[in-house]
Amino acid sequence: MAGVGQTTYYKHGQSPHAESRLTLEAILNACADAGIAPEEIDGFSSYSNDRNDGPRMAAALGCRELRFSNMFWGGGGGGAAGAIQNAAAAIAGGLADCVVAYRGLAQGQFGRFGRGAEVHQVSGEAAHTTPFGLMSAAQMFAMKAMRFMHDHNVERSALRAIALASYEHAQTNPLAIMNGRPLTPEKYDDSRWIVEPFRLFDCCQENDGAAAIVLVSAERARDLPHPPCYVLGATSGGHYRAGAPVHNTPDYASSHFKTVARRLYDMARIEPADVDVLQSYENFTGGVLMAVVEHGFCEPDEVNEFFKVENFLAPSGRLPLNTSGGNLAECYMHGLGLTIEAIRQIRGDSPNAVPRADVSMMIAGPMVTPVSSCVFGSQATL
Amino acid sequence: MSKSHPHYLKPGLPAPRPARDGLDDPFWSALREERLLLQRCGACQRWQWGPEWICHGCHSFDMGYQAVEPVGRIFSFERVWHPVHRALVDQGPYIVVLVEVPAADNVRLVGNLLGDPRQPVPIGASVSGIFEHHSDADPPYTLLQWQLT
Repeated sequence: MAGVGQTTYYKHGQSPHAESRLTLEAILNACADAGIAPEEIDGFSSYSNDRNDGPRMAAALGCRELRFSNMFWGGGGGGAAGAIQNAAAAIAGGLADCVVAYRGLAQGQFGRFGRGAEVHQVSGEAAHTTPFGLMSAAQMFAMKAMRFMHDHNVERSALRAIALASYEHAQTNPLAIMNGRPLTPEKYDDSRWIVEPFRLFDCCQENDGAAAIVLVSAERARDLPHPPCYVLGATSGGHYRAGAPVHNTPDYASSHFKTVARRLYDMARIEPADVDVLQSYENFTGGVLMAVVEHGFCEPDEVNEFFKVENFLAPSGRLPLNTSGGNLAECYMHGLGLTIEAIRQIRGDSPNAVPRADVSMMIAGPMVTPVSSCVFGSQATL
Repeated sequence: MSKSHPHYLKPGLPAPRPARDGLDDPFWSALREERLLLQRCGACQRWQWGPEWICHGCHSFDMGYQAVEPVGRIFSFERVWHPVHRALVDQGPYIVVLVEVPAADNVRLVGNLLGDPRQPVPIGASVSGIFEHHSDADPPYTLLQWQLT
């Protein structure tokens, strides 16, 4: 991972710049951080049907040659590690030398994810959900978390611990939208329901901004300005019929990582106990809950004991979690901000650096299909 | 609005339209006649939902629709408080249920749970279907709703 770049993050609708310009800015920032000329980029890797497609970015930036132009299928932030997977695979496979993984997203300019579409008719899968008032992302996922919490007697304090950790970490992150707006247990408990089991602070923000990460070969990364951060593994996908329509996936009360996580550990040749710090995508806290379990950090029936805010706080918690503030409190950049934070932990320039973080994991887009996860390692892990 | 069965949610939400390719036409047509039809594979007899052109088990394209009694169990639910659509601004809370149908290999359907929107919702409880006709819509359609039995 050669370099990372972000724009200023805005609340939805508050960016003074067009989404496409934000995307270009983030890519330039990542190139500057990497010490690489933008013209050298020969691969583009994004996800979630990003509107700022690679060929267009390559032309705008005057890239000398386009060799890899790749979109990771699926919605939500399921590709925030998948874009890394594809970029790394392209370099390892000799398809490209310098690939940027990126996401530009100005919800204020193109429609908020938290709103239902104002249309007269819906067809396809939506016809079987929307007329019942089930149409936003929170509504699509609440029943998965509800069933998991029912099956394992999960208390609401487990969800609260996730939100509190994210907000606590945002207070030392100058980029975070919620910097200066701390969350207390009382404020969480008093917040309004969005859709049970999610209260307001269980839900991600809606933002405008862009983020980008430049990847090169491990060999080349050694000569660049930052301490090298290596991709130890990156996997994506879903379990058997995870994408079955109208809430019919057989293993329903799941964040969809059971097979993806197993392959990730095999590829990276690590175990859960090796992970020093974790970024786990919060579309909603219930997704984090199941994703942490499915990555083997605790058993489903141990959730109430494990999900305590003190366990999740940097620098010394048992498993520092979402150390930039994440989607809840830094910015909802479809998870790429969490990927960048996972890299910063290896480099040591996180706003909440975990001492001697050699293995840093990022989990992307729980409950969608495909989901993805990746693990970064320091020089010491090779 | 039908007088005998008032609609659960306020008017103005998008209406369901059968898919242009005809995949779920039999489902929507049968609801108008107060029957629940779901997909069943003519080759291996497996039930399947949501609708697909192919049987995920045996890859037969002989996916017919067969009637099943609209009774089931609550598999999961959510109580929605925050309106995300203009039509629901004055709705107040409402309950969405995911109902599994044991007579059809436990395939699941989404609907609303009729009754008090603040009622406790027991996962695993038995429910039966209520046909909610939207006969004044153009074109008319019918939703399958649920109530505790």
